[in-house]
Amino acid sequence: MKDNSLSNILNQHESKEQIDGQLYTLNLGPTHPATHGIFQNVLTMDGERILHAEQTVGYIHRAFEKISERRNFSQITTLTDRMNYCSAPINNIGWHMTVEKLIGIKVPKRVDYMRVILMELARIGDHLICNGVTGMDAGAITGLTYMFIERERIYDMYEQICGARMTTNMGRIGGFERDFTPKFHELLKDFLKTFPARFAEFGQLLERNRIFMDRTIGAGAISAERALSYGFTGPNLRAAGVDYDVRVAEPYSSYEDFDFIIPVGTAGDTYDRFMVRQQEIWESLKIINQAYDNLPEGPFHADVPDFYLPEKADVYQKMEALIYHFKIVMGETDVPKGEVYHAVEGGNGELGFYLVSDGGRTPYRLHFRRPCFIYYQAYPEMITGSVISDAIVTMCSMNIIAGELDA
Amino acid sequence: MTNEFVLEAITREFPESVISSSESYGMLTVEIKKDDIKKIIHYLKDSSLEINFLTDVCGIHYPEFPEKEIGVVYHLQNMMTNFRIRLKIFMSRESVEVDSLTELYAGANWMERETFDFYGIKFKGHPDLRPILNMEDLGYHPMLKEYRLEDGTRTDKDDAMFGR
Repeated sequence: MKDNSLSNILNQHESKEQIDGQLYTLNLGPTHPATHGIFQNVLTMDGERILHAEQTVGYIHRAFEKISERRNFSQITTLTDRMNYCSAPINNIGWHMTVEKLIGIKVPKRVDYMRVILMELARIGDHLICNGVTGMDAGAITGLTYMFIERERIYDMYEQICGARMTTNMGRIGGFERDFTPKFHELLKDFLKTFPARFAEFGQLLERNRIFMDRTIGAGAISAERALSYGFTGPNLRAAGVDYDVRVAEPYSSYEDFDFIIPVGTAGDTYDRFMVRQQEIWESLKIINQAYDNLPEGPFHADVPDFYLPEKADVYQKMEALIYHFKIVMGETDVPKGEVYHAVEGGNGELGFYLVSDGGRTPYRLHFRRPCFIYYQAYPEMITGSVISDAIVTMCSMNIIAGELDA
Repeated sequence: MTNEFVLEAITREFPESVISSSESYGMLTVEIKKDDIKKIIHYLKDSSLEINFLTDVCGIHYPEFPEKEIGVVYHLQNMMTNFRIRLKIFMSRESVEVDSLTELYAGANWMERETFDFYGIKFKGHPDLRPILNMEDLGYHPMLKEYRLEDGTRTDKDDAMFGR
């Protein structure tokens, strides 16, 4: 394994006497406007060049795994959407699918398709922000401001489903709280009609932009072999040339019904990561179009009264509904004993939920496999030897979200 | 690649190491002896099974089983065939020490640091075993079951009706 220790790098660099007085330490963070989150990097610099980097995390650690051990299964949804808050619905739905797998709930086809539409909208929103901010970090703020408008339109759609915009609490165990509203249909149709042209314009702004390409090609590159050794998944792994995607490798929520490709890069550098995300947005649009065109009729939730909250009006009028409501809210419904691992393709990569149940009201143990936590470990290796401006665009193109990193 | 095939391969290569096996929700789960974990994972990585992706490492605590009180759960994967396997090891509270996988996987570094941080499991050979998400002078490992989520000295809350 490569020795990345500071003493080793200094030994390679020059003799200690020669470099005395030339090196300095730069604290990039914990809160720095260019890092878009709370994490610290202690950089040893030789002029503009980074000789060594050491990162510190945990500044916003909120003990979600511990808290989960005292919450019933539906209450944990609100913890998941605070991890990668740029694509909260994927986290929510991924968690619901994990619980459904444990309990053995089969959801109607309509729920699967509704979930696919929302998860792909979330992926588009996530990638738009990541790519917009990558452009901004390379000096082009225009793209970000325009892409924020598009993300707002996606958030307007979330609002129609659950009332919230960012920390969404989307859906329920077994399906959705209510069906898509007429306003949602209107917003989605409008989005599908107008977004492609606007997004193409964003692509024109950066994809072949000489300055942007010079800034990003070769910056923060990682080979496929190293990426796999670190445990990379998602766009960051695909940028290095490995066509692994959970949606294809292990289809969930009817992803096998849709026709789409897995974009891959070759160099694993910042430009490839940017381009993979760009192409994934087009693929996501393709999936949404297919799912929306073929949206099956039928119920929007599974028939699981033990886990799915009854209609509020029924709770006031029907004894059955009142009993179920009470049991669910108090977390009194039995679940099977067992352990389950379920993975979804999050905005960032493989988001895994390892759930151990002892048959109690709450998980005995819940562990989140958070892709950001995996990526950020490789960050010093990716920026050592580069200049500091490359380090900024590299971090952004890896889409490190502090909420998911620290959980 | 099937669960039976992989289990048979592991049992054939390491007949003394396998303690038990099961298929929990379709995923092959093998409990193995603590001291053999590194060589088995090395074998899975380098053999023709090609289970060479370390998906996840995490700890678990069962206070009611003193001999098997602390556990480490490894999730591994063969990306080509999308075969997943779960390996588990258990140890008593007195001997919470296991070989580190950092020589095999670069990513094991932080995963093991996180497991150490929350459960106090020491990974032999780890280059930098420090807490990662909690502060370094915290002095205890908060995911162990003896630490309650809330202040245990409070008397104004009755948890009998909810939670654990």
